[in-house]
Amino acid sequence: MELIFEKSRPGRSHAYLPACDVPAYPFAKEVLREEAPGLPEVSENDVARHYSALERRAFGVNNGFYPLGSCTMKYNPKVNEVTAALEGFTDVHPLQDPETVPGSLEVLNLTKQYLCEITGMEGMTLQPAAGAHGELTGMMLIKRYHELRGEGDKRVKVIVPDSSHGTNPATGTMNGLQVVSIPSTADGCVDLDALRAAVGEDTAGLMLTNPNTLGIFDKNITEITKIIHEAGGLCYYDGANLNAVMGVVRPGDMGFDCIHLNLHKTFSTPHGGGGPGAGAVGCKAFLANYLPVDGSSAICEIPAESIGKVRSFQGNFLVVVRALTYLLSLGKEGVPASAKTAVLNANYLKALLADTYEMANPGLCMHEFVMTMEKEHKECGVSALDIAKGLLDEGMHAPTIYFPLIVHEALMAEPTETESPETIEAAAEIFKKVYHAAIEDPEAAHHWPAKAAISRPDEVLAARKPKLRWAKEEA
Amino acid sequence: MATYLSLSEEDRRRMLDTIGIASERDLYRDVPEDLYLNEAPNLPSGKSEMEVLKQMKGFAAKNRVFSTVLRGAGAYRHYIPQIVSEVIGKETFLTAYTPYQAEISQGILQSIFEYQTMICELTGMTVANASVYDGATAAAEAAAMCRDRKRSKVLVSELAHPDVLAVMKTYAWAAGCELVLVPAKDGKTDAEALKELVDEKTAGVLVQQPNFYGMIEDAEVLGEIAHEAGAKYIMSVNPIAAAVLKTPADCGADIVVGEGQPLGMPLSWGGPYLGFMATGKDLMRKLPGRIVGETVDSEGRRAFVLTLQAREQHIKREKAGSNICSNEALCAMAAAVYCAAMGPQGIQNAANSSAAKAHYLAEKLEEIGYKKAYTGEFFHEFVTEAPKGAKAALEALKKADILGGLALDENHILWCATEMVSKEELDGAVAVLKEV
Repeated sequence: MELIFEKSRPGRSHAYLPACDVPAYPFAKEVLREEAPGLPEVSENDVARHYSALERRAFGVNNGFYPLGSCTMKYNPKVNEVTAALEGFTDVHPLQDPETVPGSLEVLNLTKQYLCEITGMEGMTLQPAAGAHGELTGMMLIKRYHELRGEGDKRVKVIVPDSSHGTNPATGTMNGLQVVSIPSTADGCVDLDALRAAVGEDTAGLMLTNPNTLGIFDKNITEITKIIHEAGGLCYYDGANLNAVMGVVRPGDMGFDCIHLNLHKTFSTPHGGGGPGAGAVGCKAFLANYLPVDGSSAICEIPAESIGKVRSFQGNFLVVVRALTYLLSLGKEGVPASAKTAVLNANYLKALLADTYEMANPGLCMHEFVMTMEKEHKECGVSALDIAKGLLDEGMHAPTIYFPLIVHEALMAEPTETESPETIEAAAEIFKKVYHAAIEDPEAAHHWPAKAAISRPDEVLAARKPKLRWAKEEA
Repeated sequence: MATYLSLSEEDRRRMLDTIGIASERDLYRDVPEDLYLNEAPNLPSGKSEMEVLKQMKGFAAKNRVFSTVLRGAGAYRHYIPQIVSEVIGKETFLTAYTPYQAEISQGILQSIFEYQTMICELTGMTVANASVYDGATAAAEAAAMCRDRKRSKVLVSELAHPDVLAVMKTYAWAAGCELVLVPAKDGKTDAEALKELVDEKTAGVLVQQPNFYGMIEDAEVLGEIAHEAGAKYIMSVNPIAAAVLKTPADCGADIVVGEGQPLGMPLSWGGPYLGFMATGKDLMRKLPGRIVGETVDSEGRRAFVLTLQAREQHIKREKAGSNICSNEALCAMAAAVYCAAMGPQGIQNAANSSAAKAHYLAEKLEEIGYKKAYTGEFFHEFVTEAPKGAKAALEALKKADILGGLALDENHILWCATEMVSKEELDGAVAVLKEV
């Protein structure tokens, strides 16, 4: 498909601004650029059609079933978009005096209060802009804690299970911590002996997802957090999988000291093709003084104990507005009901698929489960990738593939609570159909998908000869 | 309550039977009894859509929306063509995830590729990423890109935005690296002081253009000082100003970052905003975040994919340069639609009109005793003295439904004008101040 730049014709444009009603300011020539930026020169109709065409070549939750494991692709309620578009929220400057923004402050405070209640935390910041950003912030709280106790130089190691999201170890490094990866048991749970062997006086803390990335709730959780605490470390809860347990069990009760939540997963705010999200960070009272301050440094002092700021102003505020809208809709009944239904739906899909696909962990799961194509890949060459591409041809999104790393040829499915039983049953039939078709004709499966906008792209070429922007001379 | 669930009790029973368990509590059999919540959380009861909408509208109505805004300081009220919200509101763009499955995500991948090209055009650089959280985190990520074993110290002009300074400080503290402020002189970064501070340990030097006071820095000179010491030169730029000012590439920048909010994002009390990052081929593999590249599919057709993923956390884990995963993709799309709709001439008009109005306001303020604090070229922001005190001036404007400039201290105000403010509004604001 043509790029918007290729539709450009010199001088074509639309008038959005009136003529300037004050004299032009003549800048000194030496501060000005030589040429105007090479942006597209197109009519508004060109822009509108271009993006409509791009939309047809994309796939969102509105287009069909989206069981992308670990991403919690639940339905994004329409009313959330309406509240986030209210002028009283969108047309307010971030440096307005607090007395002129009581509505925004109420939104922040109420959201914090509800999220504290759901997680069992006592302090909360809504400044981080994404999950990984929340992880970074949460681990900073732990770093600050040790530093202010005079143990910053000593406690330099963070323990991370090998089943974790890649953001966990990367977060440790950004915090100047050495990452100690510990093996998991076959069900992705923490190996208690390995954990006991890893902790010591150099332990800063542990980063853990529970339920873990295999969709299993670690029943030893209180023992795990106790081992860390007895070694003098703190426990960080990666809230990526909170959707399985919100309103059912609280990270604070499990023994975690701080957490992050992905408002764009658990609290229904849309993913926008990769963002914006919001990564609320909660903590127990003894860490609360280290949280980032809400206001901008342009108008507020940062208290000495605070880690400082992790993002400008108040973070992704309109994402918080959406999350609060969702929380108010669900309320105390809807929060646990959503979690329980997410788990019910996952187990239902798993039960329907168990006689076709090999499960990494047979039996019950939480909100997601992992299938493995290891055997089929060895026997006839059909890979998780082939299955994923086959599913695309059937009008649904693929599960997450090749994650977690501890399962070979992994397909990780998370149906979420907002799907009906009929959708799940239909999806199960598609999964089975694709499986059998692939086994019957592996060669054909390697060329799936056949009905998408493109066939499989040459990723090696993309990495070897990076073409990362359009340029006129190449056209 | 509105739960967005679609299961009847009969459905649940049937599903539990298929799974082979008796109750929903059995689904949570791994959750120890003492942790399992038997009571609902302490939240209000769920509400209908009608009630929720009323409550949220109530919060929004309590905020004050000013008809005239003369405050910038890192967040700018520019005109946004109506097509921007229309496009980014398209359901599929809104509800898609990161484009992992390239075959069904070409629309999103292509839109990012086009956005990357636009950022390159605005900055003069050759490579841009798909976005990071905001301008401040972009600056912090750029600092990390410059560091290596020999050089770990980063210098930053104290006239970068206070939140940029604060976020860079937090990131540097976490990584255990040194961050040093370069002092200002006469409203601009002090080149002599920078010469004194750069040394063989300096990894990078960051300068904001225009700076926090709106002044146009001698960016080339500062870049030369950084390069002479073997340090990388990072420029943090306003993208609207970049449409008319000398490009960061021409000023010698190795990395260009900035807050993309002026490109089609409303003020929104601070977010979502857009961090953009661009660099050259030599630093391309140190750039954090997603990058989209063009390739071909198995039939030779043009195709787009997420590429150079060997840089990223999901592959490199603890050896990754950044942990970033989610970004601000939809804001990047807003910026791209803005750029495409406005075109080069439209953005230059917005820039020139903003600058013209700011200079007109500065002149009118000077006439009533609000003297400019600094001499020299400025773009669309400037600092003045406030002869009757900043507080009294801003209070008077507030009564006239004008959000005045930002008080820097008791007697100085940082003003901003954009194309959104008419001459009549500017004259009105000056008339109000005259009466203070």
